[in-house]
Amino acid sequence: MQELDLAQMELRAMNAALQSQETGSNLRFEILNPRGAHAVAVGLDAPIEVTVRGSTGYYSAGMNQQATVRVDGSAGPGVAENMMSGKVVIEGDASQYAGATAHGGLLVIKGNASSRCGISMKGIDIVVHGNIGHMSAFMAQAGNLVVLGDAGDALGDSLYEAQIFVRGAVKSLGADCVEKEMRPEHLETLARLLAEAEADAKPEEFRRYGSARQLYNFDIDNAGAY
Amino acid sequence: MARPGSSITSISTTQGPTEMDDTPRTHPVKPWTFDDYTNSYIRRAAATGIYDIRGGGAKRRVPHFDDLLFLGASMSRYPLEGYREKCETSVTLGDRFAANPIELDIPITIAGMSFGALSGQAKEALGRGANAAGTSTTTGDGGMTPEERGHSNKLVYQYLPSRYGMNPDDLRKADAIEIVVGQGAKPGGGGMLLGQKISDRVAEMRTLPKGIDQRSACRHPDWTGPDDLEIKILELREITQWKVPIYIKVGGARPYYDVTLSVKAGADVVVLDGMQGGTAATQDVFIEHVGQPTLACIRPAVKALQDLDMHRKVQLVVSGGIRTGADVAKALALGADAVSIGTSALIALGDNDPALEAEYQALGTTAGAYDDWHEGRDPAGITTQDPELAARLDPVAAGRRLANYLKVMTLEAQTIARACGKSHVLNLEPEDLCALTIEAAAMAGVPLAGTEWVPGRM
Repeated sequence: MQELDLAQMELRAMNAALQSQETGSNLRFEILNPRGAHAVAVGLDAPIEVTVRGSTGYYSAGMNQQATVRVDGSAGPGVAENMMSGKVVIEGDASQYAGATAHGGLLVIKGNASSRCGISMKGIDIVVHGNIGHMSAFMAQAGNLVVLGDAGDALGDSLYEAQIFVRGAVKSLGADCVEKEMRPEHLETLARLLAEAEADAKPEEFRRYGSARQLYNFDIDNAGAY
Repeated sequence: MARPGSSITSISTTQGPTEMDDTPRTHPVKPWTFDDYTNSYIRRAAATGIYDIRGGGAKRRVPHFDDLLFLGASMSRYPLEGYREKCETSVTLGDRFAANPIELDIPITIAGMSFGALSGQAKEALGRGANAAGTSTTTGDGGMTPEERGHSNKLVYQYLPSRYGMNPDDLRKADAIEIVVGQGAKPGGGGMLLGQKISDRVAEMRTLPKGIDQRSACRHPDWTGPDDLEIKILELREITQWKVPIYIKVGGARPYYDVTLSVKAGADVVVLDGMQGGTAATQDVFIEHVGQPTLACIRPAVKALQDLDMHRKVQLVVSGGIRTGADVAKALALGADAVSIGTSALIALGDNDPALEAEYQALGTTAGAYDDWHEGRDPAGITTQDPELAARLDPVAAGRRLANYLKVMTLEAQTIARACGKSHVLNLEPEDLCALTIEAAAMAGVPLAGTEWVPGRM
């Protein structure tokens, strides 16, 4: 375990230490005194384990590849944005746009996530133990968003091919997002994601939402939906 | 004596229709407000129920570089010898924060155009032409292709609201990053690629189903203003280890404030695109009615930089309707550090070539007016994903044409700069210019020809 103390070193030096790890590295790091710093542990590309002792600002673990990043606190806007692979776990809450545009990997938020969770997601799996805010999964293209609590207004607005699973109440669905049949393959996906996210819930308790695919090709008669 | 009423009746019955035809008539007048184009627009809208989508930039006439003239040296100015004295053209972009700024041999870059909007061959030709002329090319909405990276010595990677294909590996391969906030054809609008052009490869690169109409977001998904953008730039710099310059591209909307806020957000370079700047596809109403002419944007942008003491420290790249070396020289004289070309580069490759007139006619248009790039049926093989059409463009020959064109523009700009006594094209200044119209004089902040009058100034 190697300690990187942001009270003693600059952000650039801390990120450089993590970014310089080679693909074969499996070292463990602990980041101390993050004090809400932005861009903590971004651009990592090695199967290392990083634990941040405290809360982070914007874009922690941005564009992550391979690494496991655990924030022992809450995370600011855009956590794990554009993640490609690996795993990011937030012990507390996450602010807006968690997992935005991410292509792969797993993002686990043990508390609540704010608005626009999973916006434009392109293949990432996101599991939120608590609730998510409005406009979540807006224009979401691929991947799975799993919510153990409730979802806010306009869930899945202008959705493409991402799948959304919600256990609690959905305040409202966005344009072209509809409830869909839960088939065995969906229950399997859910069971796997819940286990990976250490979430105490049963797949049968969830409802599935997806795109009605009515807005895929422009039709003037749908103009009111935009 | 007949009553007045019967008299009138009598006149109207004696003057028959035959006599009326001999009366001189005024020439038929079509209303200026309802001209042939407008009427065709109304009929098209009534028949289809959907707005017109097209490529390119504003086609209306707006005050432009044509409305400016250089004064040249004479008694009070000393010209440089055309063939013997050097006139430098190299520019450095992005030395504010980046460890590796972009060094260009010429002050003309190739603007962002996507693989998807353009064929692979066209992207390759742009890279080849830019390499030969010593300048950079730019990716577009849809990500970076290996071919594009391979054929461009200096490649600027666009960071767009859609983030299609965005990934850290390509980010680290880029020579610069351009955060696209807007573009001149559609400030406030997102990209558009209709189903006809979403081939298997384009769909895969964008993580979308094949054949759907792809309408990119108009706002970035994970920041909402210049304060957030400052933090986003910090993240991108941390990921790329502060090596490469970060540009911010804005459409010509409120150039003074947009440039001020771009500098505040931490840009190394600001790219400013006026309304003549092209797009692959968007609503015609957007192209023609939103945004300002390029000429109107430059001086407010330069003033913003000067007010912050950042002129020449944060470089300004101007685009939108640059066609000739004279345009290049005029943009630089008004304070730009470089220009960027898109539409004219495509024409150099072979777009809208009159040699293809019969094929343009078959598409219901004519060479020079073809702008249905979104339909993917470009006879020149440039704005298409159809393999047969795309194969018509020879990337080597087309790249050679682009290189020639870039070199001609550079020679022309040098010719003008020498005539104004400048040993570097960046030494051109507003004092070297006058304007032919009051509008251009006001926009460019230079005197109306033959006067000392700069409209809008005391």
